[in-house]
Amino acid sequence: MAEPMDAAEPIIRVENLTAGYDDRPILRDLNFVVQPGEVFVILGGSGCGKSTLLKHMIGLYPSLAGRVLINGHDLTAAEGDERRAIMRQFGVMYQSGALFGSMTLAENVKLPLEEYTELQDEAIDLIARMKLELVGLDQFTGHLPNEISGGMQKRAAIARAMALDPRILFLDEPSAGLDPITSAELDALIRRLSRTLNVTFVIVTHELASIYAIADRVIMLDKRTQGIIAEGDPRKLRDESDNPWVRQFFRREPELAAA
Amino acid sequence: MAALAITDTPDGRRILALSGRLDATTLRDLWDAAHRALADAPASPVTVDAGGVDYCDGAGIALLVDLVAHPRAAPVEVANLKPAHEVLFKQFDPKRLEHDLDPEPKRPPFFEEVGRTAAGVWRDLRNQVTFVGELVAALANAVIHPAGVRWRDVWRISERVGADGLPIIALIAFLLGLILAFQSAVPMKRFGAEIFVADLIGLAMVRELGPLMTAILLAGRTGAAFAAEIGTMTVNQEVDALTTMGLDPVRFLVTPRVIAVLLMTPLLTLFANLVGMLGGALTMQSFNIPFVTFLKEVDSAVTMTDFLAGFVKSFVFAIIVSGVGCLRGLQTAAGASAVGDSATRAVVSGIILLVVVDGIFAVVYFALNI
Repeated sequence: MAEPMDAAEPIIRVENLTAGYDDRPILRDLNFVVQPGEVFVILGGSGCGKSTLLKHMIGLYPSLAGRVLINGHDLTAAEGDERRAIMRQFGVMYQSGALFGSMTLAENVKLPLEEYTELQDEAIDLIARMKLELVGLDQFTGHLPNEISGGMQKRAAIARAMALDPRILFLDEPSAGLDPITSAELDALIRRLSRTLNVTFVIVTHELASIYAIADRVIMLDKRTQGIIAEGDPRKLRDESDNPWVRQFFRREPELAAA
Repeated sequence: MAALAITDTPDGRRILALSGRLDATTLRDLWDAAHRALADAPASPVTVDAGGVDYCDGAGIALLVDLVAHPRAAPVEVANLKPAHEVLFKQFDPKRLEHDLDPEPKRPPFFEEVGRTAAGVWRDLRNQVTFVGELVAALANAVIHPAGVRWRDVWRISERVGADGLPIIALIAFLLGLILAFQSAVPMKRFGAEIFVADLIGLAMVRELGPLMTAILLAGRTGAAFAAEIGTMTVNQEVDALTTMGLDPVRFLVTPRVIAVLLMTPLLTLFANLVGMLGGALTMQSFNIPFVTFLKEVDSAVTMTDFLAGFVKSFVFAIIVSGVGCLRGLQTAAGASAVGDSATRAVVSGIILLVVVDGIFAVVYFALNI
């Protein structure tokens, strides 16, 4: 695989992507880019296709049309080893954490290292411990996922996603189901990782507080148009957008009031 | 209590005066009475006078809404509602409540339905063929690169499939031998041929019942467990997580399970054969056939070919039980009942496949004169 391209090149490029399941499009003809190092947030109301878009960006579902380029490589067309090589450039944290229930936190983080590297066991142990320390879970390495809280599970899932030092981290609804304090801690963790490790974050969320705290740039999806209705700095969108749906979202107005 | 008083005014208007408590416990009789009052005077405009109502909950409001929405020639209006009840009443637009609560699902046209079903069957078939291909590739890969297999998982699963499954296999095989011997010994005794029960038990266990019963028990025990376990992982997005890590779920989840079952099933089958014969031998004790005689008779009746014919089957059965269990697990849809459905499908389709394949074996063995 070629090394990263010019820093000014976007790290993710989505071109004319139509996303959906079983030939049923949910989002049509999307075009956007994500720049290296930024915290990029995909937002929108429930059922607008945020998670669907994420699943297409990480190659979990085949695109109905268009393509997704990760660091210049077409994920949608790649197969076999080439596809795995592209996938190794990113880590994913799922909404539920998706930690392997039969493995301890340390084993969860060690898994990608064991599968992809030929490092000695003690090196892998140390790296796993360091990743868990980065997310503040170094005291829980021997715990099983069901023995820790929901917030901890999400942090552990981030640690696992970071195991191979990917350049991009995809997070699906990181603050879903968390109390405001835990959610704020997770936001702080995301900001810290973004600053210190220069990881690019692509985050799906609809938590306004989180969006203001972490996002450099957002795109907003809408189910009525099946596309992107706004793109840019979230505060600017809140204050300046002409689109009534965008204003409605940022001002937390109910659907009926705008109709 | 609630009460209803009906009066007709000289100008042709009917007044239904409600009073007392309108709630879910008092409404039953009132509901029918009020509707009868509307039906008795279909052409008169009706005023429901709620001035005497002291208390009105959701059920009471439902009665008022229902009376107002009642389809009839003359209008129905509600008057004198207390402000607190008025607020509750005004929340609902009777027109919006008219739609059917449990509408019949719209059926697509016949040909569309046939087409969709056919496409679904075709997709399922294609998935199964793909899965078989992936499984064969993963197993071949495991043979070529044994270091890539997650042996720790294999041993863990082997223990669950093999050692933990021993008691139930022993119990069923023992009872099977016992019952089979008893049922056949009684009629055979009439001809003085009870010694041949040993032949029957030996051949039946080794060729047919040992492998088949073990596999059916494993389908219920292990196949269902695999489907539920992998199904839960699918629902929890753990399988997605593996995929996005670039790890093949078939290699990671299915291969260790298939290898474990492949290692354990023949051993369990041997064990079942032995225990089944033990059960038969015990029964025959009561028919005055000692252990040694029973053993000698089995030894003379069962050849190495018979033994191998059953033993080979156990390997094929192992792949069916584990493969179907894992496939159904990976096919798990979303929702709370999905995991249960997968486990059920694993057991049902596993057992059907086992019996069908056993039939094919019987035909092939017959053709080959084995």
